[in-house]
Amino acid sequence: MERAGIPTALITNLVTIAEQVGAPRIVPGRGIPYPSGDPNLSPAAEQAWRRQLVQRALDAVATAVEHPTIFEVGVVNA
Amino acid sequence: MRIVHYVNQFYAGLGGEDSAGIGPRVIDGTVGPGRLLSQILGDEHQIVATLVCGDDHAASNATVAQELLDMARSADAELLVAGPAFGSGRYGLACARLVAAAHAGGLPALASMHPDNPGISEAGKAPVIASSATAREMRPSVQRLAAAVAKLAAGEALTAADGLVTQPARIGQLVDQRAAARAVQLVLRRLGGDRDATEVPVGGFGAVDPAAPIDKAAGVTVALVTEGAVVPAGNPDRLESARATRWLRYPIDGVGALDSGVWESVAGGFATTAANADPNRLVPLDAARTLEREGAIGRLHDEFLVTVGNGTPVATARRFGVEWAAELRKAGVQAAILTAT
Repeated sequence: MERAGIPTALITNLVTIAEQVGAPRIVPGRGIPYPSGDPNLSPAAEQAWRRQLVQRALDAVATAVEHPTIFEVGVVNA
Repeated sequence: MRIVHYVNQFYAGLGGEDSAGIGPRVIDGTVGPGRLLSQILGDEHQIVATLVCGDDHAASNATVAQELLDMARSADAELLVAGPAFGSGRYGLACARLVAAAHAGGLPALASMHPDNPGISEAGKAPVIASSATAREMRPSVQRLAAAVAKLAAGEALTAADGLVTQPARIGQLVDQRAAARAVQLVLRRLGGDRDATEVPVGGFGAVDPAAPIDKAAGVTVALVTEGAVVPAGNPDRLESARATRWLRYPIDGVGALDSGVWESVAGGFATTAANADPNRLVPLDAARTLEREGAIGRLHDEFLVTVGNGTPVATARRFGVEWAAELRKAGVQAAILTAT
C-alpha cells in the first residue's frame, strides 16, 4: 500500500519482522494476539493506551520517512 | 553426538494457544517430533534433552534465545536442532533466533522450517533446512532434517541439495575461471531464460519506497485495515483461518466500537481469546472513532478491509496489498492504519 502511495502505519508486536520486510511506518504494539490492546491493563488504562497507539499511527502517516521507521508511543521522532 | 532439540509448546504436548505464553523449560530426552528424529538418526546420535518455550513468549521476548542456549549448554549439547517449524511464524522466529544465538556462540546448530517462514531471516549465519509448509508432511521433513544432522555431525558442509535454505557463510576459494568469464556465462544463461542463476543470491522482499506523508490526519479520510481475520460473529462469508485466498470488507459506518459477540477473529495462528473479548484489540475502531469525533481524524473510511495473514504466501499478500491500495484510492482514502498479529 505504501508502494502505491498510501502512507500506512503498521501496528504490530513483531517489530523486527516489520523492519525486515521494509514496512516504512511501524508502531509497536504490546502483544502478538492483540496489536491494538493490552488485556493486562484495566479497561480505562487500555482505552488510553489504544488511543495513544492510534494517535501515534496518525503521527506516523503524517511524517516523511525514507526507510523503516519505528514510532514508539511516548517517543517523539525528530 | 549429543543433541539438544527445540520444539514449541504444541509439539511438546504442553497445550495449544492456551499455553503459548509459557517460558523456557527443559524436558529430559525426546518429545513429539524429536522421537521421530531420534528414531531416524539411530544409535549414533542421541537427543539428550528437549527445550520448550511457548510461541508467544519466545517471539515477544528478545532474551529467550540466550536463556534457551544456556539450557542447551547445561545439557552438554554438541549440536542444537530446532523445529521443524513448517510455516508457523512465531515458532519459526523462535527456532531462527535460537540457532542464530547458538551459531554465534560457537555451538553448531540447525533449524528446520518452510522457506517462506517469516522467521527465517533471523537465523543469521546458522543453517536452515527446508521443511514442508505444514505438519501434514512431518515425516519427509524430519527425514531431511535428520540427513542434514548426520552430515553436519560428520563435519561436512550442507548444500542446497540437502535442503539448505539460508546462505552459508561465504568462504573464499580459488576457481578456474576469472570473474569476467563467469559473468559472461551468467549473462548467457540469463539470455537463455534462466532467471535464477547468480553467484550472489540476494533474496528478501524488495525495497519499499515509502509513500509521501499526508499533511495532517485531521484533514483526510483514514482507513482501518487488518490481517487479524476480524469478521462478524459466525464468519458468514467464510474467511479462511490460514493461507488466505481472499480478503473481505465490512461496513462500519455509524459503528462506534467492535463489540464482543458481534465481531470475532477467526485467525488460526494465535489465541483469539483476548481479541474476541474485545475485538478493538485487533481493529482499534473505538479509539479511532473518538479521535474522529475530536477532529484528529478528518473522517474514518466507512468500511474496514480484512484478511488473515496466518500462513498466507508473500505473493498472495502482495496482491492483496495492491488491491487494497487501489480500493482505498478509489474511495478517496489517503492514509491507512494496518494492524498485524
